Amino acid sequence: MIAGIKLTQEKSSSDRYVEVQSLVKWFGNDRAVDDVSFVIPKGKFLTLLGPSGCGKTTTLMSIAGLHSIDGGRISVGGSVYTAPQQGVFMPPEKRDIGMVFQSYAIWPHMTIAQNVAYPLEIRKVKRAEIDARVADVLELVGLTRFANKLATQISGGQQQRAALARAIVSRPRLLLFDEPLSNLDLKLREQMRVEIKRIQHEVGITSIYVTHDQSEALVMSDEVIVMSKGRIQQKGGPRDIYSRPVNAYVSNFIGVANLLKGRVIAVTAPGRGDVEVAAGGRTVQLPCRLGDGIVAGAETVVSVRPENVEASRTNGGAVCLEGEVIQTVFLGNSVDCRVRWGEFEWKVMAHPRAGLKTGEKVYLRLDPEHTLAVQP
Amino acid sequence: MSANDNAMVELANLSKTFGEELAVRDVNITVSKGEFITLLGPSGCGKTTTLRCIAGLERFDGGEIRIGGDVVAAPERGIYLYPEQRNIGMVFQSYAVWPHMTVFDNVAYGLRVRHAPSRVIKQRTMRSLELVGLAHLADRFATKLSGGQRQRVALARAIVYEPRVVLFDEPLSNLDAKLREQMRVELVRLQHEVGITSIYVTHDQAEALVMSDRVVVMNNGVIQQIDDPQTIYARPANAFVANFIGVANLLPGTLLSRAGEFCDLEIALGEDQAPLRFRAMGGQGAVAGQKVTLNLRPEDITMKSEPPAGDRSGGNGFEGEVIDTIYLGNLMECRIRVGCHEISVQIGHYEQIVPRQKIYLSFEPDHGLCLTA
Repeated sequence: MIAGIKLTQEKSSSDRYVEVQSLVKWFGNDRAVDDVSFVIPKGKFLTLLGPSGCGKTTTLMSIAGLHSIDGGRISVGGSVYTAPQQGVFMPPEKRDIGMVFQSYAIWPHMTIAQNVAYPLEIRKVKRAEIDARVADVLELVGLTRFANKLATQISGGQQQRAALARAIVSRPRLLLFDEPLSNLDLKLREQMRVEIKRIQHEVGITSIYVTHDQSEALVMSDEVIVMSKGRIQQKGGPRDIYSRPVNAYVSNFIGVANLLKGRVIAVTAPGRGDVEVAAGGRTVQLPCRLGDGIVAGAETVVSVRPENVEASRTNGGAVCLEGEVIQTVFLGNSVDCRVRWGEFEWKVMAHPRAGLKTGEKVYLRLDPEHTLAVQP
Repeated sequence: MSANDNAMVELANLSKTFGEELAVRDVNITVSKGEFITLLGPSGCGKTTTLRCIAGLERFDGGEIRIGGDVVAAPERGIYLYPEQRNIGMVFQSYAVWPHMTVFDNVAYGLRVRHAPSRVIKQRTMRSLELVGLAHLADRFATKLSGGQRQRVALARAIVYEPRVVLFDEPLSNLDAKLREQMRVELVRLQHEVGITSIYVTHDQAEALVMSDRVVVMNNGVIQQIDDPQTIYARPANAFVANFIGVANLLPGTLLSRAGEFCDLEIALGEDQAPLRFRAMGGQGAVAGQKVTLNLRPEDITMKSEPPAGDRSGGNGFEGEVIDTIYLGNLMECRIRVGCHEISVQIGHYEQIVPRQKIYLSFEPDHGLCLTA
C-alpha cells in the first residue's frame, strides 16, 4: 500500500517535472504573458512557438529567473522557483539551468575545452573530473578534434555546438534554448536541428526551446505550445498541431493552409459534418472532419493543406471544384500552384510531373479526411 | 555581328585570373532579349566575378563581352568601357533606398546627378515608377514603404536610365524566409511585366528554380550546365549539379548495358550482399563496365512497409532499413540504410514509419538517372 502510494507520487512528480501555473507578466499596460499554464514530463523537449511579441521569450525568461513575474507559480523538479504570491523568488544562479542563446557567447580568448570547462570550474569540481566530463561532452557534440582551438578559429555551427556542450556539461536540471539557430544559414540550421534533438535525447535533460520557426518546432519537439498575444492557442505533439489544428490561427501559423469561412449545416456522424462555404457567388458543401466545439449551425473555418488538394484535368469525385491555374512556381520536388475558384485562391502543392500550366482549367478534389472544420 | 539576332548579352570565352587562381574559365553565355537568367553556384564558383565583369566593375584577361551587339570589353583587343558607359542597371543586396527621400527622389537621383533636364527627369522617373506599379506612391517617403515596395523602388531606380540589361547581385539574401519567398515570385512577375533582360546571381538553388527562364550552374569557375529549371532538376548534367540543386541520392555503380534512352546498371551494396540491378534513364556515351552514378530524388522513391505482391523482376525493387525519420509537417523525410549506402526518401506525413523497420523500395525506370560524370 505504502509502496504503491510512493510510486504514484514519484510518477506524478516526473510527469510534472516542470510546472508553470497561471503565469502572468505585465510590461507597462501590456499583458505580455496572460495566464499561461503547462507541465513538462522529465526528459521531454517542449517548444514555445509563435511570432515575435507572442510571449514565448518572456515565458522562458520567467523560468530562467531573469525577471520577476506578476502572478502564478513556477516549479522544477519539486522546487519552487518563483511564486510571487508566496514571496518566493529563487535567484537565477541557484536554479541549476543551462542556457543556449542566439549569440553563442563563447569566449574568444579561451580554447573550446576551456569554454566548456568553465561552469565546472566555478563550481570547484576536481580537475580530473572536469577533464573527463569535458572530453565526454565534446565527443557528444562532435567537437573532440577542436578541443584546443580558439573560438575564433571555428565556424558558427561549431561555436553553437560548443555553447551547447557548455550548457550541458554540469548536467543541469533544465536546458533552455532561445532561438539558438537563427544566426545560421539554412543548410546548417537544418543539420543542427537534428543534431540538437539527438544530443538532447542522449543526455535526457528536460528542455524548453523558443522559436518563431515552425519547421524547427515540428522537427525537434516532443510537444509544441503555439502562442499568440500572451496566450496558449494549442499544446500538442507535432503531428497533432499540424494535422489537427484547433483554430484558424494555428492552422495558418504552422505550415500553409487554405482557409475558407463557412457554416456547419449538418452533422453526419460523430466528428463529421457538412460545411457550406461561399465563393464567387456560388456555394458548395464540403464534407469535413469537425474539430472540438464545432457543432451544427456553428460558424467555422475550413482548413485544407496544399498537399491535400489534388489538382487534375479530369472531372469526377464527390467533392470536385472547377478552377483556373493562375500561377505555378517550380520548386524542384514540387510545384506551388495557385488556382482561382470564384474569388478564392487555392494553394495547391502539385507534382512536377503533373505539368500544370498557367491559364489551364483544373478540377480540385478534397479528401474529407483531411478537410478540417476548426474554430474561426 | 552576333549569331543570335535576339541576343542582348553575350559572353565569349570569358576568363579571369586572381593571382595564380583561375577565377572564371572559358565562360560562354548568351542571354536573349527579355530573358531572366540566373548564375547559380556555391561561394567561390565564379558567379559574382562573372557578373562584375559584365558590369565593368572587374577587368578580365581573356574573351569578350557584348551588350546589345556592342563590344563593351575585349582585353585582347584593348577594349574596355567603364560601367557608366555600358547602359546597365544594378540591384544589390542592400536596396540602398534612401529613407530621407521620397520615392520619386530616390528614383530620380541618378538622373539628377547626371544633370539631365528636369523635364526628362520627371518623364523618365514617372515612366519607371509606372512600370513597377508605384506611380501613386511617388510622393511617399521611403520609410513608409513595405519591404516589397522598397524592392520595387530599387528596381525602378535600376531601370530609370532605360538600360539594356539589369544585373542583380543576391538582392533577397538579407530578407527573412517568408518575405524572401514572397519577393521571389513578386520580382519575377515584375520582370515579366517590365520585360527587361535580367542576369541574377544567387547561391540559393530554390531562388534559381523559382525565378529563372534558364539557370547557369557554376563550380570552380567553370559552367557545369545551362538549362531551364525543370531540365536542371530532372536531368542534371553531372553529380555536382544533381547534388547542388535539390536533394540527391547518388549511388556509385557500374554500367551493364544501354538500350535507347535507358540503361541497366549495377549498384554494389558492400560485403556479403548481392549487388542491386536497376534500369534507369541516361548513361549516354558510357560503355559497359564503366563507373557511373545513379541519381534518385527522394520524392521519386516509393516506399512500402509490406513486400509488394507478385513478380518483381525488372521492377527496380530493393529493400532497406529505416535509420530515422524527420517530421516536416507537409511531408516526412526518412533516412534509409541500403547495404553500405544511406539514402533519403520523402513520404507523405500520414504514414507511420519507425526506426529499424524493414521497408520495401522501388522507383520507375524513368525517374532514375544514370550520370556518367
